[in-house]
Amino acid sequence: MKDTPGKPTPVTGATLDERIKNARAQLDAHVREIVRWHFNPETGTPFWLEKAKTFDFDPLKDVNGFADIRKFPIFEDDWLRGGPVRRWVPKGLGDRGVYVFETGGTTGLPKSRIVIDDFKIDYEMMSDTLPDKFFPRGANWLMLGPSGPRRLRLAIEHLAQYRGGICFCVDLDPRYVVKCLKERKVAEANAYKEHCIDQALTVLAGGHDIKCMFTTPKLLAAFDEALRAGKLEDKYRAVGRPVPPGGVRSIREAGITGIFSGGTEFTPQFTREAYEEMLDNGEVYMTPTYGNTLMGLACSKPIGPADGFKISYYAPQPRAVIEVVNPKDYNEVVPYGATGRVLLSTFTKEFFVPRFPERDEGEREPPFEKYPWDGVSGVRPFAELAAGTVVGVY
Amino acid sequence: MIHIPALRFGKTYTSLDKTTLVHHVTGEPVAEVSQVTGSMIARDLATVERAHKQLAAIPVRDLLAMYKKAADYFLNAALPCGDGELTYDQYVRNLSATTGSPVVFCDRNARKVHYVLENVEEVIGGLTRGLDLEALDQGYTTRNGRMQAFYPTTDVFGAVLPSNSPGVHSLWVPTIAFKVPLLLKPGREEPWTPFRVLQAFIKAGVPAGVLAFLPTDHAGAADILRLCGRSMAFGDDRTMAPYKNDHRVEIHGTGYSKIIFGEDQADHWEKYVDLMVEAIAANGGRACVNASAIWTPRNGKAIAEALAKKLAGVKARPWDDPACEVSAFANPAVAEAINAMVDEGLKTPGAVDATEQLRGTPRLVKEGRCAWLLPTIVRCDSPDHPLANKEFLFPYASVIEWPQPAVLKRIGYTLAATVLSDDQTFIADCVACPNIERLNIGPLPTNRLTWDQPHEGNLFTHLYKQRAFQRARRAAGV
Repeated sequence: MKDTPGKPTPVTGATLDERIKNARAQLDAHVREIVRWHFNPETGTPFWLEKAKTFDFDPLKDVNGFADIRKFPIFEDDWLRGGPVRRWVPKGLGDRGVYVFETGGTTGLPKSRIVIDDFKIDYEMMSDTLPDKFFPRGANWLMLGPSGPRRLRLAIEHLAQYRGGICFCVDLDPRYVVKCLKERKVAEANAYKEHCIDQALTVLAGGHDIKCMFTTPKLLAAFDEALRAGKLEDKYRAVGRPVPPGGVRSIREAGITGIFSGGTEFTPQFTREAYEEMLDNGEVYMTPTYGNTLMGLACSKPIGPADGFKISYYAPQPRAVIEVVNPKDYNEVVPYGATGRVLLSTFTKEFFVPRFPERDEGEREPPFEKYPWDGVSGVRPFAELAAGTVVGVY
Repeated sequence: MIHIPALRFGKTYTSLDKTTLVHHVTGEPVAEVSQVTGSMIARDLATVERAHKQLAAIPVRDLLAMYKKAADYFLNAALPCGDGELTYDQYVRNLSATTGSPVVFCDRNARKVHYVLENVEEVIGGLTRGLDLEALDQGYTTRNGRMQAFYPTTDVFGAVLPSNSPGVHSLWVPTIAFKVPLLLKPGREEPWTPFRVLQAFIKAGVPAGVLAFLPTDHAGAADILRLCGRSMAFGDDRTMAPYKNDHRVEIHGTGYSKIIFGEDQADHWEKYVDLMVEAIAANGGRACVNASAIWTPRNGKAIAEALAKKLAGVKARPWDDPACEVSAFANPAVAEAINAMVDEGLKTPGAVDATEQLRGTPRLVKEGRCAWLLPTIVRCDSPDHPLANKEFLFPYASVIEWPQPAVLKRIGYTLAATVLSDDQTFIADCVACPNIERLNIGPLPTNRLTWDQPHEGNLFTHLYKQRAFQRARRAAGV
């Protein structure tokens, strides 16, 4: 499949320093272009054109690079709750079909984000990081996770298609799970989870040559538990397929070679458990991701025992930037290795989000060859907000 | 710092996720405890059928001999704990340090665990009502010419344990003698006793593959209750509500234990003041068998005042003071919240805190990182008062005047009741009362247990079911 227009060119450079410099130059140019697009009366976004009237600077003249992003006020996610949603569609893209994806919404209004091609570009960039050995071109995929108003279903399906495969989908509604858990209906939540896993097993028993999979950490564990309990073998028998010699009691034996996982918090311990106990000591490849509807998708450094299963994420720069900042002063980036709140900025022609404080904290990570810009590791719910938040339920 | 690993049915596991336990007085770290996830628990439980067969193959007499040895090791040996070993005294001090329960209580309760290890044959005799032990080896026995056959209901017994009192561990200790593999989820602040008992078992010869020690979070605890064929769990009414109708889970929650005066003894209440004080305040008043209400047809005011007078002298003391009578709260916010609940209740007319008036100082004592709640007796005009039927984690009791003919209809669920009466009709009514689990007739405090009679559930009937069984005299193949 051809690339979707708008995919950035890869950063080049002979040394890490050169790559860091080039990445920064690319980011500065990209920020200039995107800010001019969103604040130009011809192409701009109604929300931002209106907001600009309250600024004490002119985005068209005064924003010349990433450093100038600090001139914008902190992005408030409440701006995304409620309509009219059209105010977020740039005039320059007014003739395009528009998707809306939601995040949150267990109680009250969810945040809505309009999308046209961004999810395709994000996942094509992500695809470029996947090793073909474990995510073979042309292999079929299973998407086992939240779809509904979320971006994931379409995004994973596009990822599979981009790599030449076809994606089977099983939906899980996280809002329903959160509701069950808040009402202490644990048995109901578990029954629903089993219902989702059962559908996934049915797809796998159908003989569709599925080798790649997206799922969330919790569903990955539940999927592994079901396989180990012999439930896929039961499915084979139920559909009249012979159980292969040696059985299908692990993810590897089920024919899965690569897993792309995300959607909820990923801890090093879970990663280790998955690597050692579910994925046959890394024989099945797993890549954690960090993302959301607002940003897109941050990729992880390859994980493994060598670095204690540490997970470091890097945003898809220049389309999105992660900064790790002092939670009391968002202008102060913390030193490498220090802990701070995740501050996110998104710069695409479809969506402009300057400086949005995520509900997460982590440690600032230095650039490296593959991603010559800052990353974040140890991502977890921001301590000051964590109490009272239900996370990682699906 | 001590690191306490998880024990995964024979495999010692050091996790990347660890909780740090701190000394409740100094805040200094005392230990780190490896945490496992619910999915690890599920994976480990897939192996228990094999472990069950391994344990079932050991003759029960051999297991009982291992208990004797384990009892000795528990009390007298230095047992593994992380990279090092702990003596009994070190274990008790660590236990006190992380839970806030005074050393003197920890020692007293740990000795109850030792008692059950040492006398497990007596305990299982009580639980099985004298079943011949050979039934545990071959699945059946005959008594007085009658067949008695039982089969295990599960391949593993899971216990989701609390942090507030090591005495509760005596409840799961007989599991191995019943030949059922054991999975323990310790309370966050109390990994010490479960880990030490398991180490004593292992040193005594119990196969490590039949034992699991799996510290985990609330979700992991829920997975244990979901996946084990039989389990026990400790928690308040709200936490345990989802399991109320799950016969696989034996719930140990609030006890609402009571002392009930009959008409004939209500005027002799002065004889029973010490008994009432013990029932309310023994062991820091935190157990489900501590009395949380006194029901009497008369003299409620006088009883409340007498109890208050006795208890008003209790003081908050340092954790290692042998004269300690109340436990510290390692988390002062919990003490503050409980104190606020009592104060809020007192705003409803019809209740008086008899203790605070006499003591002259507030119920809540704070010092450094710790807080204590001093004994509190509240006289309530009616059983409908919000404080009449409450149970808290400190010595607390309401005193309610209510006529004898109506009392059994109003007491509600009562884990342990001491009935002070010689009125045979009233005693017969109490014996027939479905709201009372453990019944003491006469001057026996609610907290006075006998090991041959389980007070809340019965581990044997939880782990085994009776079956009809016949065996032909000729082998099937002949």
